[in-house]
Amino acid sequence: MSGVFRSTNPIAIRIENLSRHYRMGDALIRAVDGISVQIASGEFVGLLGTSGSGKSSLLNLIAGLDHPTSGTVVVRENDLAKFSREELAKYRLHTVGMVFQSFNLIPSMTLLENVELPLRFAEVDRNKRESLARQALQRVGLSARLRHRPTELSGGEQQRASLARALINQPQFLLADEPTGNLDSQTGTEIMNFIREFNQTLGMTIIMVTHERALAERYASRMIFLADGKLVGDQPNAVSATAGHALGGGS
Amino acid sequence: MKTYDMAELAVRNLRESILRNSLTTVGISVGVASLVAMLSLGIGLQQLAGRRLQKSGLFDTVVVTSRRDLRGFNREQEENGPAPAESPTLNESARQKIAQLPDVLEAYPDIRFITELHYENKPYLTMVAGLPFSAKNNDAFDGMQGNFFSSDTANEVILQKSFAAQLLGKMPKTGGEEASVIELAKPLLGKQLTMRYAERTATPEAGTSTSQSAGTAYSVVSREASLKIVGVSDLDPDSMRGQARARVFMPLKLAQNLHVMQPSDLRDTTNLAGGMPAYTTVEVHVKSPTQVQPVEDAIKKMGFNTFSIVDATRSLRQFFAVLDLFLGIFGSLALAVASIGIVNTLVMAILERRREIGIMKAIGASDGDVKGLFFAEAGVMGAFGGFVGVALGWTIGRVINLGTNVYLKRQHFPPEQIWFVPWWLVLGAIAFAIVVSLLSGLYPASRAAHLDPVQALRYE
Repeated sequence: MSGVFRSTNPIAIRIENLSRHYRMGDALIRAVDGISVQIASGEFVGLLGTSGSGKSSLLNLIAGLDHPTSGTVVVRENDLAKFSREELAKYRLHTVGMVFQSFNLIPSMTLLENVELPLRFAEVDRNKRESLARQALQRVGLSARLRHRPTELSGGEQQRASLARALINQPQFLLADEPTGNLDSQTGTEIMNFIREFNQTLGMTIIMVTHERALAERYASRMIFLADGKLVGDQPNAVSATAGHALGGGS
Repeated sequence: MKTYDMAELAVRNLRESILRNSLTTVGISVGVASLVAMLSLGIGLQQLAGRRLQKSGLFDTVVVTSRRDLRGFNREQEENGPAPAESPTLNESARQKIAQLPDVLEAYPDIRFITELHYENKPYLTMVAGLPFSAKNNDAFDGMQGNFFSSDTANEVILQKSFAAQLLGKMPKTGGEEASVIELAKPLLGKQLTMRYAERTATPEAGTSTSQSAGTAYSVVSREASLKIVGVSDLDPDSMRGQARARVFMPLKLAQNLHVMQPSDLRDTTNLAGGMPAYTTVEVHVKSPTQVQPVEDAIKKMGFNTFSIVDATRSLRQFFAVLDLFLGIFGSLALAVASIGIVNTLVMAILERRREIGIMKAIGASDGDVKGLFFAEAGVMGAFGGFVGVALGWTIGRVINLGTNVYLKRQHFPPEQIWFVPWWLVLGAIAFAIVVSLLSGLYPASRAAHLDPVQALRYE
């Protein structure tokens, strides 16, 4: 089944016949198996499926962390397969921001340093770097925790810091892999509200991997279903348009 | 990533595993220290040998003789140069000409004669030689008891140890131990010696000269001079002389003023040199061993025979170059072992920081950033190790030097500087440590850079 483009916005990501196969011993694992889908700019896409359905693999391919076995991922008319390692690094630095289930902050660094890190890679000036990182952390409500290390913080705080880090280089895409998977429901809602805010106020395109249909229904504008590496469903989310706004701060 | 940021991150990463990284850095330090200690001792020994040779005057001296003596130092000169009878006399004017050659520090005549010395009414026959005042710094006087001559014309003598022993009747038995110079000097210093010698005095030519006698007429008169013993030397300042070694030394000017009859005077009665004294040998001191050859050539052109030991310095320098090389190789072995330590530490760090590398790549670090970071960590360890190592090596060298001097003192030798750390060694050793560390970091850094981020992030 092929993803259908329904938004009036321009296409941001075009995935064509994308496959990612692994060899594990004698067995061939088809993590992503011939997926074609188009994602419009500003969409909030929920990528749904059971464990092992290939949703994280697809997200890694879109993030430029992994190379497809076949097929293409075209982001803003650029084919990722044709990118050099250096260009892929630049793409990850400037075009996409990533949020993970396990937060993935560097434990030896303070929150400020963690958030500053992408700016270091982008060779941003030292003074500017610190003020940008402070602003980003302030935005997610962590101005009091700048000098704390991740281990000194709660899961929700860590995920907020990781959101601040993902946003620091003002990317066009936010790729979130089970962002609430390690959080209790209330903290999860907090995080999701931030993500929705980024989508609505900053116009960021969000692709969120989740196995919780309810979560996707509540926040995403579109839901894509995967099973065994194949696209098995793609539908707009009528609920979220109303529910999202109705829920407001999330309850 | 900017270099400064890279270095800053590297230092903070190193601080995270402080114990392991410190141990690795200590490994580098020990390597650098052994290199610095070895080379500083090699260089120190080389300088010591150089100083000794310089002081001995062997390598910056040209010995000049007249061909008229028929005893050239090598046959070639005798065959190629002018015939002895046609060659110039080595007299005072020739000495002055030689002294004015470029790069010549001084040219002084060698005055030596066999004479009778009386000490406590007993006669002793020995060779006496004049010593120029510049010989004061000669290493032969390092272990001397008493003092060098108070002036260039003072009626003073320095005795060689064996002559002092003879005066005191303490001649060593064959195979027996020599009496120490301190023991010998005690009863002799300040005592007077009486020297009997043959003075050559020019006689007025009034009425005695005929048209055939064109030379200088002189008579020989027996004289006595009282000389004060001011020093007893342990080593032999005249060791180059072989058979003609003197055992009693007096100031050169004094020896000249005494007009002691020289063996060559007899021959010179027939030449036309006039009243000017002629010498058998003139010793020429040159500014540095490298200028010996041109000076020697210039003197040869004047028609004299010359002799020097120039080639010996060259082979000596070669010997020390080989010694330094060997010491350097041994020193570097420890550094090679230390570099394996760096590889090990960084490879371990990659395993430990796999996830961190994955995160950095996911948020936009390039292969170059990751590689640079590990490279910088190796470099920082190298730089730290280099600094500490140089300090440690310096200390080790100093301690060895101190120990050697304690030993030398016990053996009644003067202290020596056998260790020297030049600036180029300090900077070179630090640079070498950094280069070795960076080379050791090459493999771990490229391994870290090529880590698959998906695999790395999956790794818990």
